[in-house]
Amino acid sequence: MPATPAFDAAGEETLSEILNAHRGIEGPLLPILHAVQEAFGHVPQEALPIIAQDLNISRAEAHGVMSFYHDFRENPAGRTVLKLCRAEACKSVGADALADQTREKLGIDWHDTTEDGAITLEPVFCLGLCACGPAAMVNGKLVGRADAAKLDKILEGAR
Amino acid sequence: MKIWVPLDSAAVALGADDVADAISAEAAKRGVDVTIVRNGSRGMIWLEPLVEVATDDGRLAFGPMEPGEVPALFDGLESHAKCLGLTEELPWMVRQTRLTFARCGVIDPLSLHDYELHHGLKGLKRALSMMPAEIVQEVTDSGLRGRGGAGFPTGIKWKTVHDAAGPQKYIVCNADEGDSATFADRMLMEGDPFTLIEGMAIAGIAVGATKGYIYTRSEYPIAISQFQKAIEIARREGILGPRVMGSDYSFDMEVRVGAGAYVCGEETSLLNSMEGKRAVVRAKPPLPALEGFMGKPTVVNNVISLASVPVIMDRGAAFYKNYGMGRSHGTMALQIAGNVKYGGLFETAFGLSLGEIVEDIAGGTASGRPVKAVQVGGPLGAWFPPALFDTPFTYEDFAAKDGLIGHAGLTIADDSVDMLKMARFAMEFCAIESCGKCTPCRIGAVRGVETLDRVAAGDPSGIPLVADLCNTMKSGSLCALGGFTPYPVMSALTHFPDDFATAKEAAE
Ligand SMILES: Cc1cc2nc3c(=O)[nH]c(=O)nc-3n(C[C@H](O)[C@H](O)[C@H](O)COP(=O)(O)O)c2cc1C
Ligand code: SF4
Repeated sequence: MPATPAFDAAGEETLSEILNAHRGIEGPLLPILHAVQEAFGHVPQEALPIIAQDLNISRAEAHGVMSFYHDFRENPAGRTVLKLCRAEACKSVGADALADQTREKLGIDWHDTTEDGAITLEPVFCLGLCACGPAAMVNGKLVGRADAAKLDKILEGAR
Repeated sequence: MKIWVPLDSAAVALGADDVADAISAEAAKRGVDVTIVRNGSRGMIWLEPLVEVATDDGRLAFGPMEPGEVPALFDGLESHAKCLGLTEELPWMVRQTRLTFARCGVIDPLSLHDYELHHGLKGLKRALSMMPAEIVQEVTDSGLRGRGGAGFPTGIKWKTVHDAAGPQKYIVCNADEGDSATFADRMLMEGDPFTLIEGMAIAGIAVGATKGYIYTRSEYPIAISQFQKAIEIARREGILGPRVMGSDYSFDMEVRVGAGAYVCGEETSLLNSMEGKRAVVRAKPPLPALEGFMGKPTVVNNVISLASVPVIMDRGAAFYKNYGMGRSHGTMALQIAGNVKYGGLFETAFGLSLGEIVEDIAGGTASGRPVKAVQVGGPLGAWFPPALFDTPFTYEDFAAKDGLIGHAGLTIADDSVDMLKMARFAMEFCAIESCGKCTPCRIGAVRGVETLDRVAAGDPSGIPLVADLCNTMKSGSLCALGGFTPYPVMSALTHFPDDFATAKEAAE
């Protein structure tokens, strides 16, 4: 697992820029959390009290919101995030078998990261590619009709 | 030479960007002047990337295209190995009634000029010449019902918001399309975003709202960026802003992105999510129409509901209402998915039988094996066996067979699929995605998984327990996540009992 980088002065500076950019909008918390994750790769726990104070909500509230969603992570992910669809349409074309193979090959389970910090495996419930499954997303890039060979080729570069 | 290469997510996932690059490179190499338009998808996903080339007779289709097949395009069109003929004459296109998706795949999605050449903005112009109450009446008269799943009459919802007092009202477009087998919202936002913008602007004028939000999913990066670009263009061109098309109406909109929670598609959970709260479902009343976003009167409508409004306003309520069957008026964008030969988006009037859709239009399975079951309406929809294929595709007929049409996604599965596993997945999905407010949903779904595991291990005494659990979830859940998860579970159990008869196998 990659170590969590310290939330330093530069981090605080970035955060305050994000908070300033979201002033005056209705319901700013979710867009702020997205921006923080975009900037840091995860939502540093040190950021939550600062966000909470800025929005005049309790720290528990901010944490409660963040933990409600599958997207937000407390720790950095691997360099490559592989998302495999687990939903029905993809299952009907062999997504389960593909997921089993992938987990075995990478030696990790859902939500885990390979020991070298290269790859994080996440389940996803639907990428809207339901007529060309199994569907996958690799660092934001969409993959249709995924199979072991296609994934191997993509992940080769990630190692 | 004018060439269309879709930027639709499905086309891109199947290599459309590489094909577009290959076309540019080959054109440069040969010194041919080529204009590439990144359009939406025509909906024939099995042919993606589907490339079209302009000819004097119309657009010629080629697909599925591989980058290596691009150079041959420049040597002769009709002789190309992947030439399919004129797009408009392909059987899949000819058989559809494209009202909401009339422009998707046809126009340059980000060209307002192209949009107007294809009847764009006519609905909004007509709306601007009417009283708000008349617009609401027109939508009511069209018979349009919510395409997000519940099928509530759109005009009646608008009337509630129209009649509500308040200086501030909102239009919230539910683009959280989380159901497996659905992608119509995504295709429209990518392929014809101005239609949704136009529909939302009409809604705003009709009910007196000046601000709109589109709440969509982080899983849809292309739709998000495409829609944001479209909003900027619409703003620049005065379609959005303080004076909508030069009128005295003001309307603007913003995109909000969810964070991977299925329940946020439920309208009140969505509103909490937008407000920056934990996205638990709210009890109704109060209705969002009266106390919605920030406690203000709010229209929450699905993408396809709102995107159907421009054609209704342009062609009139009666034109739209004449399509369909029974109380299901107009057209529905079927999304045919899973193990299917011809998968994609097929817009047609309500009333086709499920069998016609699955066998005839979709051509059965991709694997060539027999169809075992079709799940209609996403993860909360029932599995239909071939014995029920005579069910007409309408809200009422599906409800009468203990099912639902939902957002009109269909997952086709062949005979290799184990329905016990599918039932278990339905429970697991509910457990993962539950907002946690009701015990039958939060805990019941976890028990459901455990009990189905017992059945899988050969203990038939679990089966009546599953049925009991389903009854408890049905009656004790606040929203359809807990309340409808019993549909896929019980339909699997009822129609495919053999897959649950594990005790016999274990003993054999
Ligand atoms: C768990 C759950 C998920 C839902 N997901 C969606 C969705 O993704 N999109 C949608 O439009 N409606 C969804 N709905 C239905 C909405 O609550 C609501 O009925 C709909 O947005 C109203 O718009 P309409 O009348 O235009 O259909 C969902 C409902 C539930 C219970
Ligand atoms: S049924 Fe489930 S998802 Fe719906 S409100 Fe209750 S706990 Fe939340």
